Amino acid sequence: MDCMVTGGNVKVLATSIHSLSRIGEELYLEPQEDGLALRTVNSSRSAYACFLFGPLFFQRYSSSKSSTFRCKMAVKCAQAVFRSLSSLEKTVERCRIQLNSEKSRLTFTLHCKHGLLKTHNLSFQDCESLQAVFDKESCGNILRAQPRLLVDTVLHFPSSLEEVSVSVSGEQVCFRNHVEEKAEQGKAMLTELSLTAEEFEQFTVGCPACVTFCLKEMRGLLMFAESSGLPVSLYFDAPGRPVILSLTESVLEVNFVLATLSEDSHPCNDNRNKSTEGLQNAAPPDDFMNDDIDSYLIAMETSELAPGGHGCVPPPPQDANMGQLRARATSEGEEEQSEEEMGRAPNKKFCSLFFGSVLPTPSQVTNLTLRSQEVLASDSENEEEDATLL
Amino acid sequence: MPLSTQSEAGDDQYILVASLDNVRNLSNILKAITFKDHALFNATPNGLKVTVEDSKCLQANAFIQAEIFQEFTIQEDSVSFQVNLAVLLDCLTIFGGSTVPAVTTALRMCYNGYGFPLTLFLEEGGVVTVCKINTEEPEDPIDFEFCSTNVTNKVILQSDSLREAFSELDMTSEILQITMSPSEPYFRLSTFGNSGNAHYDYPKDSDMMELFQCTKTQTNRFKMSLLKPSTKALALSCKVSVRTDNRGFLSLQYLVRNDDGQICFVEYYCCPDEEVEEE
Repeated sequence: MDCMVTGGNVKVLATSIHSLSRIGEELYLEPQEDGLALRTVNSSRSAYACFLFGPLFFQRYSSSKSSTFRCKMAVKCAQAVFRSLSSLEKTVERCRIQLNSEKSRLTFTLHCKHGLLKTHNLSFQDCESLQAVFDKESCGNILRAQPRLLVDTVLHFPSSLEEVSVSVSGEQVCFRNHVEEKAEQGKAMLTELSLTAEEFEQFTVGCPACVTFCLKEMRGLLMFAESSGLPVSLYFDAPGRPVILSLTESVLEVNFVLATLSEDSHPCNDNRNKSTEGLQNAAPPDDFMNDDIDSYLIAMETSELAPGGHGCVPPPPQDANMGQLRARATSEGEEEQSEEEMGRAPNKKFCSLFFGSVLPTPSQVTNLTLRSQEVLASDSENEEEDATLL
Repeated sequence: MPLSTQSEAGDDQYILVASLDNVRNLSNILKAITFKDHALFNATPNGLKVTVEDSKCLQANAFIQAEIFQEFTIQEDSVSFQVNLAVLLDCLTIFGGSTVPAVTTALRMCYNGYGFPLTLFLEEGGVVTVCKINTEEPEDPIDFEFCSTNVTNKVILQSDSLREAFSELDMTSEILQITMSPSEPYFRLSTFGNSGNAHYDYPKDSDMMELFQCTKTQTNRFKMSLLKPSTKALALSCKVSVRTDNRGFLSLQYLVRNDDGQICFVEYYCCPDEEVEEE
């Protein structure tokens, strides 16, 4: 692959890498015929992000004709190439990206002001294609808005907040902080923002629903959206099914696929029955709709999985689905998160405790340990389930 | 007896008296060489030279000419003493080191000779602080024998361009490799870190390049940890001269303009890390 990015597009490319760094630790780079794809998935595999830069985004673009070559590297390394986003526009005139599979070399060459030439040769690993399976079009609810609106909305939530719930009804959408346990709700601070349909460029509600997903990844996308000024589309339907945040432009397509909590853990859904009805009504004949996040996660592992394979995946019981998603988030998080990450985003359970009160009472602490143990146990059960699914 | 009267009385017994209306003209430049505690002060009628060393491989010198001081009186040809630089800087910025241009701290620095403390009188807004810092036995600085006649390659760059490179350097790399050559790549900084390698090339005809005198291709490696402190000097400076001699020793000279527009120099000498096969 050999491509050249010029002018303001260098910053767009750099921002996309910084945006991806908010989600995952590895950057998957794949030169495709229809453009350069940059992807990542978070450590708990509950969020997937993809930027596809079309050939016209580049001044010159050629993907290697011979074979599909793809690689991954630590996103930090790629970020180091574009360390300072603010000065980038002033200093960098053009950026050339070359991927030489024979020499195993990925080279970023930045041509800067005053003739300064910065060459970064990054080491990388071969990898499978990272590809989440999702279908925006099948989603019943579509909200499209200018990035500013969403940035201003998200601004009201504390940076420590991990999850946000979005509920839509006929004429309005409501964003609120997600509080984990029903029992703690009395103590927790609730922040809720309602936006009316007029604020959105598109407001299509096929099935009134309330979905809860991680705010961190959404912030990552908004960072890019704000910088590029492109409107953000939100595609979602029922809880437990992914929400897709999307930006499209003629030369660029961005999709963030985020897992949502499944229904049983949804304290915000008081009208649960109603929304379930909505889901059933809206469900298209496609088996894909009955699918759960697990199938997406499995599909992410490799692109070799035939898309038709989903048809035979039996939809697991909803609460198992919830348990697994939660368990993955907590248990894997505990193992894999580096110390600094731990500092920034404390353990999910603790987070909600902190919301409830500054210090948990001894009984809460006991509850907490018991709960996490339960969840961890369900994780191992579900691993077996995974096997059968595969 | 108040300290101030004591000093007023015995002004002529000091072998060194240096006064500054704005202490920042001294403290800023000392910050540019603060990477070890012990600093050797050497005063001559020409001015003050402050030397800090690390690992016998790195030496930094700050030169503050006599003209920078409002008063610079020296009774001997050469006066040397050693003090703890961190302590001295704490004293010099005892009033908080305000960056408001109108508010300046005035300094009167006095030294009585061997065995006496270094006495500082600092005044801001009518408030006077007197600091006495015990001096240490002066140690002879290393002579790097860096001689301009042995210089093989020399470039002078505007600091802005080098600052950008230094701020982006991959700190996971243990070394910084400097290549200077009469042909391409002319002047190159390279790092070899966890994520791969990176090269910064400055063409000889760049606007940022004020002087380019390279006679022979030289590639030398320097410990990143040793060169890191020099970024403090780079941050203050407006121009930097990079020179290497026939042994591969590196000299970095920074031209620093102070608050009053006067010029001072900071110099770093660094030993090469290892010999590299020349291309």
